[in-house]
Amino acid sequence: MDMSLFLALIGRELRLALRHGADTLAALLFFVLCGSLFPLALGPSPALLHRMAPGIIWVCALLATLLPLDRLFSADLEDGGLDHLLLLGLSPAFVALAKIISHWLTTGLPLLFAAIPLSLMLGSAPGDTLPLLAGLALGTPLLSLLGGMAAALVLGARRGGVLLPLLILPLATPVLIFGAASADAATNGRSFGPELDFLGAFLALALVLCPFAAGSGLKAASS
Amino acid sequence: MLDQVSLALDRGEALLLTGPNGAGKSTLLRVLAGLCPFQGGSFTFEGRKGGTPEQALDIAYLGHLDALKPGLTLRENLALEAGIGGGTCDDALEALDLLALADLPTRLLSAGQKRRGAFARVMLRQAPLWLLDEPSLGLDDNAIATLGTLMAAHRAAGGMIIATTHVVLPLPESRRFVLTPQEGSTWI
Repeated sequence: MDMSLFLALIGRELRLALRHGADTLAALLFFVLCGSLFPLALGPSPALLHRMAPGIIWVCALLATLLPLDRLFSADLEDGGLDHLLLLGLSPAFVALAKIISHWLTTGLPLLFAAIPLSLMLGSAPGDTLPLLAGLALGTPLLSLLGGMAAALVLGARRGGVLLPLLILPLATPVLIFGAASADAATNGRSFGPELDFLGAFLALALVLCPFAAGSGLKAASS
Repeated sequence: MLDQVSLALDRGEALLLTGPNGAGKSTLLRVLAGLCPFQGGSFTFEGRKGGTPEQALDIAYLGHLDALKPGLTLRENLALEAGIGGGTCDDALEALDLLALADLPTRLLSAGQKRRGAFARVMLRQAPLWLLDEPSLGLDDNAIATLGTLMAAHRAAGGMIIATTHVVLPLPESRRFVLTPQEGSTWI
Protein backbone atom coordinates (compact mmCIF):
# COMPACT_ATOMS: atom_id res chain seq x y z
CA MET A 1 0.00 0.00 0.00
CA ASP A 2 1.15 3.48 -0.80
CA MET A 3 1.39 5.28 2.54
CA SER A 4 1.90 8.74 1.08
CA LEU A 5 -1.26 8.39 -0.99
CA PHE A 6 -3.17 7.27 2.10
CA LEU A 7 -1.95 10.34 4.01
CA ALA A 8 -2.72 12.58 1.02
CA LEU A 9 -6.26 11.24 1.02
CA ILE A 10 -6.66 12.08 4.72
CA GLY A 11 -5.19 15.54 4.03
CA ARG A 12 -7.70 16.14 1.26
CA GLU A 13 -10.59 15.12 3.50
CA LEU A 14 -9.35 17.48 6.24
CA ARG A 15 -9.06 20.31 3.73
CA LEU A 16 -12.62 19.66 2.58
CA ALA A 17 -13.79 19.68 6.20
CA LEU A 18 -12.06 23.02 6.76
CA ARG A 19 -13.66 24.53 3.64
CA HIS A 20 -17.06 23.45 4.89
CA GLY A 21 -16.34 24.67 8.40
CA ALA A 22 -19.99 25.12 9.33
CA ASP A 23 -20.73 21.43 8.79
CA THR A 24 -17.70 20.49 10.83
CA LEU A 25 -18.57 22.79 13.69
CA ALA A 26 -22.18 21.59 13.75
CA ALA A 27 -21.32 18.35 15.56
CA LEU A 28 -19.23 20.19 18.13
CA LEU A 29 -21.92 22.80 18.76
CA PHE A 30 -24.51 20.07 19.05
CA PHE A 31 -22.36 18.34 21.68
CA VAL A 32 -21.95 21.45 23.80
CA LEU A 33 -25.56 22.61 23.42
CA CYS A 34 -27.01 19.18 24.10
CA GLY A 35 -24.85 18.81 27.21
CA SER A 36 -25.80 22.22 28.53
CA LEU A 37 -29.53 21.46 28.22
CA PHE A 38 -29.34 18.84 30.99
CA PRO A 39 -28.78 21.28 33.88
CA LEU A 40 -31.77 23.25 32.62
CA ALA A 41 -33.99 20.19 32.55
CA LEU A 42 -32.72 18.40 35.66
CA GLY A 43 -32.26 21.43 37.89
CA PRO A 44 -28.99 22.93 39.07
CA SER A 45 -28.34 20.54 41.98
CA PRO A 46 -24.53 20.02 41.98
CA ALA A 47 -24.79 16.58 43.57
CA LEU A 48 -27.20 15.31 40.90
CA LEU A 49 -25.25 16.78 37.99
CA HIS A 50 -21.97 15.50 39.40
CA ARG A 51 -23.50 12.03 39.57
CA MET A 52 -24.86 12.19 36.02
CA ALA A 53 -22.06 14.07 34.26
CA PRO A 54 -20.22 11.02 32.79
CA GLY A 55 -23.42 9.56 31.36
CA ILE A 56 -24.55 12.89 29.91
CA ILE A 57 -21.21 13.52 28.24
CA TRP A 58 -21.04 10.04 26.77
CA VAL A 59 -24.58 10.10 25.38
CA CYS A 60 -23.99 13.56 23.87
CA ALA A 61 -20.68 12.40 22.37
CA LEU A 62 -22.36 9.37 20.81
CA LEU A 63 -25.14 11.46 19.27
CA ALA A 64 -22.74 14.17 18.08
CA THR A 65 -20.60 11.53 16.35
CA LEU A 66 -23.67 10.32 14.44
CA LEU A 67 -24.43 13.75 12.97
CA PRO A 68 -21.83 14.00 10.17
CA LEU A 69 -21.92 10.27 9.31
CA ASP A 70 -24.80 10.73 6.91
CA ARG A 71 -22.60 12.75 4.56
CA LEU A 72 -19.38 10.82 5.16
CA PHE A 73 -19.58 8.77 1.97
CA SER A 74 -22.83 9.90 0.33
CA ALA A 75 -21.38 13.22 -0.89
CA ASP A 76 -18.71 11.27 -2.79
CA LEU A 77 -21.25 8.83 -4.17
CA GLU A 78 -23.42 11.63 -5.51
CA ASP A 79 -20.71 13.64 -7.27
CA GLY A 80 -18.92 10.61 -8.72
CA GLY A 81 -15.88 11.11 -6.50
CA LEU A 82 -16.26 7.65 -4.98
CA ASP A 83 -15.33 6.04 -8.33
CA HIS A 84 -12.10 7.98 -8.40
CA LEU A 85 -11.30 7.17 -4.77
CA LEU A 86 -11.70 3.47 -5.56
CA LEU A 87 -9.44 3.84 -8.60
CA LEU A 88 -6.58 5.36 -6.59
CA GLY A 89 -4.89 1.99 -6.33
CA LEU A 90 -5.65 1.69 -2.62
CA SER A 91 -7.77 -1.21 -1.46
CA PRO A 92 -11.36 -0.10 -0.67
CA ALA A 93 -10.73 -0.86 3.02
CA PHE A 94 -7.97 1.74 3.16
CA VAL A 95 -10.10 4.30 1.34
CA ALA A 96 -12.78 3.73 3.98
CA LEU A 97 -10.20 3.88 6.78
CA ALA A 98 -8.87 7.22 5.50
CA LYS A 99 -12.39 8.66 5.52
CA ILE A 100 -13.02 7.24 8.99
CA ILE A 101 -9.78 8.70 10.34
CA SER A 102 -10.67 12.10 8.93
CA HIS A 103 -14.13 11.78 10.49
CA TRP A 104 -12.48 11.19 13.87
CA LEU A 105 -10.03 14.05 13.40
CA THR A 106 -12.83 16.48 12.57
CA THR A 107 -15.48 15.18 14.99
CA GLY A 108 -14.03 12.94 17.71
CA LEU A 109 -10.89 14.90 18.46
CA PRO A 110 -12.65 18.29 18.85
CA LEU A 111 -15.16 16.54 21.14
CA LEU A 112 -12.30 15.59 23.47
CA PHE A 113 -11.42 19.26 23.91
CA ALA A 114 -15.03 20.36 24.24
CA ALA A 115 -15.62 17.66 26.86
CA ILE A 116 -13.29 19.43 29.32
CA PRO A 117 -15.37 22.61 29.80
CA LEU A 118 -18.60 20.59 29.57
CA SER A 119 -17.54 18.22 32.35
CA LEU A 120 -16.46 21.13 34.58
CA MET A 121 -19.74 22.85 33.84
CA LEU A 122 -21.63 19.75 34.98
CA GLY A 123 -19.83 19.86 38.31
CA SER A 124 -17.10 17.25 37.83
CA ALA A 125 -13.99 17.69 39.94
CA PRO A 126 -10.92 18.67 37.86
CA GLY A 127 -9.37 15.35 38.84
CA ASP A 128 -12.15 13.43 37.07
CA THR A 129 -11.41 15.02 33.72
CA LEU A 130 -8.39 12.92 32.86
CA PRO A 131 -10.12 9.52 33.26
CA LEU A 132 -13.09 10.85 31.27
CA LEU A 133 -10.78 11.98 28.46
CA ALA A 134 -8.96 8.65 28.51
CA GLY A 135 -12.27 6.88 27.97
CA LEU A 136 -13.35 9.30 25.25
CA ALA A 137 -9.96 9.03 23.53
CA LEU A 138 -10.56 5.28 23.14
CA GLY A 139 -14.31 5.52 22.62
CA THR A 140 -14.63 8.24 19.97
CA PRO A 141 -12.37 6.47 17.39
CA LEU A 142 -14.39 3.36 18.09
CA LEU A 143 -17.62 5.26 17.37
CA SER A 144 -16.08 6.65 14.16
CA LEU A 145 -15.12 3.13 13.04
CA LEU A 146 -18.53 1.64 13.80
CA GLY A 147 -20.28 4.64 12.31
CA GLY A 148 -18.11 4.64 9.19
CA MET A 149 -18.83 0.96 8.69
CA ALA A 150 -22.58 1.48 9.02
CA ALA A 151 -22.51 4.56 6.78
CA ALA A 152 -20.73 2.59 4.05
CA LEU A 153 -23.10 -0.35 4.37
CA VAL A 154 -26.25 1.77 3.97
CA LEU A 155 -24.67 3.82 1.18
CA GLY A 156 -26.92 4.03 -1.83
CA ALA A 157 -29.89 2.61 0.07
CA ARG A 158 -33.12 4.55 0.03
CA ARG A 159 -33.70 6.22 3.41
CA GLY A 160 -30.17 5.35 4.43
CA GLY A 161 -30.23 8.31 6.80
CA VAL A 162 -33.02 6.70 8.82
CA LEU A 163 -31.41 3.28 8.72
CA LEU A 164 -28.06 4.58 9.89
CA PRO A 165 -28.80 5.35 13.57
CA LEU A 166 -30.81 2.13 13.84
CA LEU A 167 -27.78 0.20 12.67
CA ILE A 168 -25.20 2.03 14.76
CA LEU A 169 -26.93 2.42 18.11
CA PRO A 170 -27.03 -1.30 18.98
CA LEU A 171 -23.38 -1.63 17.99
CA ALA A 172 -22.46 1.45 19.99
CA THR A 173 -24.15 0.39 23.24
CA PRO A 174 -21.10 -1.55 24.54
CA VAL A 175 -18.97 1.52 23.89
CA LEU A 176 -21.44 3.68 25.78
CA ILE A 177 -21.71 1.23 28.69
CA PHE A 178 -17.97 0.74 29.22
CA GLY A 179 -17.10 4.35 28.46
CA ALA A 180 -19.64 5.80 30.88
CA ALA A 181 -18.78 3.13 33.46
CA SER A 182 -15.08 4.05 33.36
CA ALA A 183 -15.85 7.74 33.88
CA ASP A 184 -18.36 6.86 36.60
CA ALA A 185 -15.84 4.65 38.40
CA ALA A 186 -13.29 7.45 38.34
CA THR A 187 -15.83 9.92 39.72
CA ASN A 188 -16.55 7.61 42.63
CA GLY A 189 -12.88 6.96 43.30
CA ARG A 190 -12.86 3.35 42.09
CA SER A 191 -10.39 1.84 39.66
CA PHE A 192 -11.42 2.38 36.04
CA GLY A 193 -8.73 0.21 34.45
CA PRO A 194 -10.86 -2.78 33.43
CA GLU A 195 -13.40 -0.64 31.57
CA LEU A 196 -10.63 1.10 29.63
CA ASP A 197 -9.14 -2.32 28.86
CA PHE A 198 -12.45 -3.38 27.37
CA LEU A 199 -12.68 -0.20 25.29
CA GLY A 200 -9.12 -0.74 24.07
CA ALA A 201 -9.90 -4.32 23.12
CA PHE A 202 -13.01 -3.22 21.22
CA LEU A 203 -10.98 -0.57 19.45
CA ALA A 204 -8.31 -3.06 18.39
CA LEU A 205 -10.97 -5.39 17.05
CA ALA A 206 -12.91 -2.64 15.26
CA LEU A 207 -9.74 -1.18 13.73
CA VAL A 208 -9.14 -4.47 11.96
CA LEU A 209 -12.70 -5.44 11.03
CA CYS A 210 -14.66 -2.23 10.39
CA PRO A 211 -12.56 -0.87 7.47
CA PHE A 212 -12.98 -4.15 5.61
CA ALA A 213 -16.75 -4.18 6.07
CA ALA A 214 -16.85 -0.49 5.10
CA GLY A 215 -14.66 -1.16 2.05
CA SER A 216 -16.97 -3.85 0.75
CA GLY A 217 -19.89 -1.49 1.36
CA LEU A 218 -18.19 1.17 -0.76
CA LYS A 219 -17.49 -1.29 -3.54
CA ALA A 220 -21.06 -2.52 -3.55
CA ALA A 221 -22.40 1.05 -3.60
CA SER A 222 -20.26 2.06 -6.58
CA SER A 223 -21.34 -0.84 -8.76
CA MET B 1 -27.16 -6.45 -18.65
CA LEU B 2 -24.25 -7.15 -20.99
CA ASP B 3 -23.94 -10.59 -22.54
CA GLN B 4 -21.62 -12.06 -25.17
CA VAL B 5 -19.46 -8.95 -25.46
CA SER B 6 -15.86 -9.53 -26.46
CA LEU B 7 -13.21 -7.01 -27.43
CA ALA B 8 -9.45 -6.73 -27.77
CA LEU B 9 -7.31 -3.62 -28.17
CA ASP B 10 -3.66 -3.15 -29.17
CA ARG B 11 -1.34 -0.36 -28.09
CA GLY B 12 -2.08 2.89 -29.90
CA GLU B 13 -5.55 1.78 -30.85
CA ALA B 14 -8.80 3.53 -30.05
CA LEU B 15 -12.27 2.11 -29.78
CA LEU B 16 -15.53 4.01 -30.04
CA LEU B 17 -18.45 2.43 -28.24
CA THR B 18 -21.76 3.46 -29.73
CA GLY B 19 -25.32 2.31 -29.40
CA PRO B 20 -28.70 3.57 -28.25
CA ASN B 21 -29.37 4.88 -24.73
CA GLY B 22 -29.43 2.04 -22.24
CA ALA B 23 -27.42 -0.30 -24.43
CA GLY B 24 -24.79 -0.70 -21.69
CA LYS B 25 -21.96 1.53 -22.95
CA SER B 26 -21.33 3.18 -19.60
CA THR B 27 -21.75 -0.13 -17.79
CA LEU B 28 -19.13 -1.73 -20.02
CA LEU B 29 -16.68 1.08 -19.21
CA ARG B 30 -17.36 0.71 -15.49
CA VAL B 31 -16.85 -3.05 -15.70
CA LEU B 32 -13.52 -2.52 -17.47
CA ALA B 33 -12.51 0.04 -14.84
CA GLY B 34 -13.20 -2.53 -12.13
CA LEU B 35 -16.01 -0.48 -10.61
CA CYS B 36 -18.75 -2.98 -11.50
CA PRO B 37 -18.24 -6.68 -10.81
CA PHE B 38 -18.24 -9.32 -13.53
CA GLN B 39 -21.00 -11.90 -13.30
CA GLY B 40 -18.99 -13.98 -15.76
CA GLY B 41 -16.12 -13.36 -18.15
CA SER B 42 -12.86 -11.57 -17.56
CA PHE B 43 -10.67 -8.61 -18.42
CA THR B 44 -6.95 -8.97 -18.96
CA PHE B 45 -4.50 -6.14 -19.32
CA GLU B 46 -0.99 -7.04 -20.49
CA GLY B 47 -1.46 -10.51 -19.14
CA ARG B 48 -2.66 -9.37 -15.71
CA LYS B 49 -6.18 -9.85 -14.48
CA GLY B 50 -8.31 -6.73 -14.07
CA GLY B 51 -10.37 -5.46 -11.17
CA THR B 52 -7.61 -5.39 -8.52
CA PRO B 53 -6.41 -2.20 -6.82
CA GLU B 54 -2.99 -2.52 -8.50
CA GLN B 55 -4.61 -2.88 -11.91
CA ALA B 56 -6.54 0.36 -11.29
CA LEU B 57 -3.30 2.30 -11.85
CA ASP B 58 -3.22 1.18 -15.50
CA ILE B 59 -6.60 2.80 -16.06
CA ALA B 60 -7.81 6.37 -16.21
CA TYR B 61 -11.58 6.66 -16.04
CA LEU B 62 -13.73 9.65 -16.96
CA GLY B 63 -17.33 9.17 -15.87
CA HIS B 64 -20.51 11.09 -16.58
CA LEU B 65 -19.96 13.14 -13.45
CA ASP B 66 -16.99 15.46 -13.18
CA ALA B 67 -16.37 14.59 -9.50
CA LEU B 68 -14.83 17.96 -8.70
CA LYS B 69 -15.48 19.17 -5.15
CA PRO B 70 -17.05 22.65 -5.42
CA GLY B 71 -15.20 23.94 -2.36
CA LEU B 72 -11.71 22.94 -3.55
CA THR B 73 -9.67 24.61 -6.27
CA LEU B 74 -8.87 22.71 -9.47
CA ARG B 75 -5.33 22.15 -8.27
CA GLU B 76 -6.54 20.71 -4.94
CA ASN B 77 -9.11 18.57 -6.71
CA LEU B 78 -6.46 17.02 -8.89
CA ALA B 79 -3.73 16.70 -6.25
CA LEU B 80 -4.36 13.00 -5.53
CA GLU B 81 -4.14 12.00 -9.19
CA ALA B 82 -1.07 14.17 -9.68
CA GLY B 83 0.51 12.20 -6.84
CA ILE B 84 -0.24 8.89 -8.56
CA GLY B 85 0.98 9.75 -12.04
CA GLY B 86 4.03 11.68 -10.92
CA GLY B 87 3.23 14.47 -13.38
CA THR B 88 2.66 18.06 -12.39
CA CYS B 89 -0.79 19.55 -12.25
CA ASP B 90 0.33 22.63 -14.18
CA ASP B 91 1.28 20.71 -17.35
CA ALA B 92 -2.10 19.03 -17.59
CA LEU B 93 -3.97 22.24 -16.82
CA GLU B 94 -1.86 24.17 -19.33
CA ALA B 95 -2.64 21.60 -22.03
CA LEU B 96 -6.36 22.07 -21.39
CA ASP B 97 -6.12 25.84 -21.17
CA LEU B 98 -7.15 25.86 -17.50
CA LEU B 99 -4.02 27.23 -15.85
CA ALA B 100 -5.55 30.66 -15.27
CA LEU B 101 -8.43 29.02 -13.38
CA ALA B 102 -6.30 26.59 -11.37
CA ASP B 103 -6.66 28.42 -8.06
CA LEU B 104 -10.38 29.21 -8.26
CA PRO B 105 -12.89 27.10 -6.33
CA THR B 106 -14.45 24.78 -8.90
CA ARG B 107 -17.97 25.93 -8.00
CA LEU B 108 -17.17 29.10 -9.97
CA LEU B 109 -16.31 27.22 -13.18
CA SER B 110 -18.69 26.63 -16.09
CA ALA B 111 -19.85 23.14 -17.08
CA GLY B 112 -17.35 22.96 -19.95
CA GLN B 113 -14.48 24.14 -17.77
CA LYS B 114 -15.37 21.49 -15.18
CA ARG B 115 -15.43 18.84 -17.92
CA ARG B 116 -11.94 19.92 -18.98
CA GLY B 117 -10.89 19.74 -15.33
CA ALA B 118 -12.19 16.19 -15.16
CA PHE B 119 -10.23 15.39 -18.33
CA ALA B 120 -7.10 16.80 -16.69
CA ARG B 121 -7.54 14.11 -14.04
CA VAL B 122 -7.42 11.45 -16.77
CA MET B 123 -4.17 12.88 -18.12
CA LEU B 124 -2.57 13.17 -14.70
CA ARG B 125 -2.96 9.48 -13.94
CA GLN B 126 -0.55 8.76 -16.83
CA ALA B 127 -2.24 5.42 -17.36
CA PRO B 128 -1.96 3.46 -20.61
CA LEU B 129 -5.69 2.82 -20.94
CA TRP B 130 -8.18 5.69 -21.00
CA LEU B 131 -11.86 4.89 -20.47
CA LEU B 132 -13.84 7.96 -21.48
CA ASP B 133 -17.59 8.19 -20.99
CA GLU B 134 -18.81 10.89 -23.38
CA PRO B 135 -15.69 13.04 -22.99
CA SER B 136 -17.00 15.89 -25.17
CA LEU B 137 -20.08 16.51 -22.99
CA GLY B 138 -20.59 20.28 -22.68
CA LEU B 139 -17.37 21.21 -24.52
CA ASP B 140 -17.13 23.90 -27.22
CA ASP B 141 -15.47 23.31 -30.63
CA ASN B 142 -12.08 24.61 -29.48
CA ALA B 143 -12.05 22.36 -26.44
CA ILE B 144 -13.08 19.34 -28.54
CA ALA B 145 -10.19 20.06 -30.92
CA THR B 146 -7.83 20.25 -27.92
CA LEU B 147 -9.25 16.95 -26.72
CA GLY B 148 -8.47 15.46 -30.16
CA THR B 149 -4.85 16.62 -29.98
CA LEU B 150 -4.41 15.18 -26.50
CA MET B 151 -5.98 11.86 -27.43
CA ALA B 152 -3.80 11.62 -30.54
CA ALA B 153 -0.69 12.31 -28.44
CA HIS B 154 -1.76 9.63 -25.97
CA ARG B 155 -2.16 7.08 -28.78
CA ALA B 156 1.10 8.09 -30.41
CA ALA B 157 2.81 7.31 -27.10
CA GLY B 158 1.36 3.80 -27.18
CA GLY B 159 -1.75 4.49 -25.13
CA MET B 160 -5.18 3.05 -25.70
CA ILE B 161 -8.58 4.74 -25.59
CA ILE B 162 -12.06 3.33 -25.24
CA ALA B 163 -14.68 6.06 -25.50
CA THR B 164 -18.45 6.09 -25.58
CA THR B 165 -20.14 8.78 -27.58
CA HIS B 166 -23.28 9.93 -29.28
CA VAL B 167 -21.56 12.70 -31.24
CA VAL B 168 -18.55 12.77 -33.53
CA LEU B 169 -15.31 12.58 -31.57
CA PRO B 170 -11.93 13.61 -33.01
CA LEU B 171 -10.56 10.07 -32.89
CA PRO B 172 -9.16 9.24 -36.36
CA GLU B 173 -8.68 5.62 -37.41
CA SER B 174 -10.58 4.31 -34.45
CA ARG B 175 -12.57 1.12 -34.52
CA ARG B 176 -16.27 1.24 -33.75
CA PHE B 177 -18.17 -1.21 -31.64
CA VAL B 178 -21.95 -0.98 -31.61
CA LEU B 179 -23.81 -2.25 -28.59
CA THR B 180 -27.44 -3.10 -29.21
CA PRO B 181 -29.56 -4.44 -26.38
CA GLN B 182 -31.46 -7.09 -28.35
CA GLU B 183 -29.41 -8.36 -31.29
CA GLY B 184 -26.02 -8.52 -29.57
CA SER B 185 -23.00 -6.40 -30.43
CA THR B 186 -21.27 -5.88 -33.74
CA TRP B 187 -18.03 -4.43 -35.07
CA ILE B 188 -18.22 -1.95 -37.91
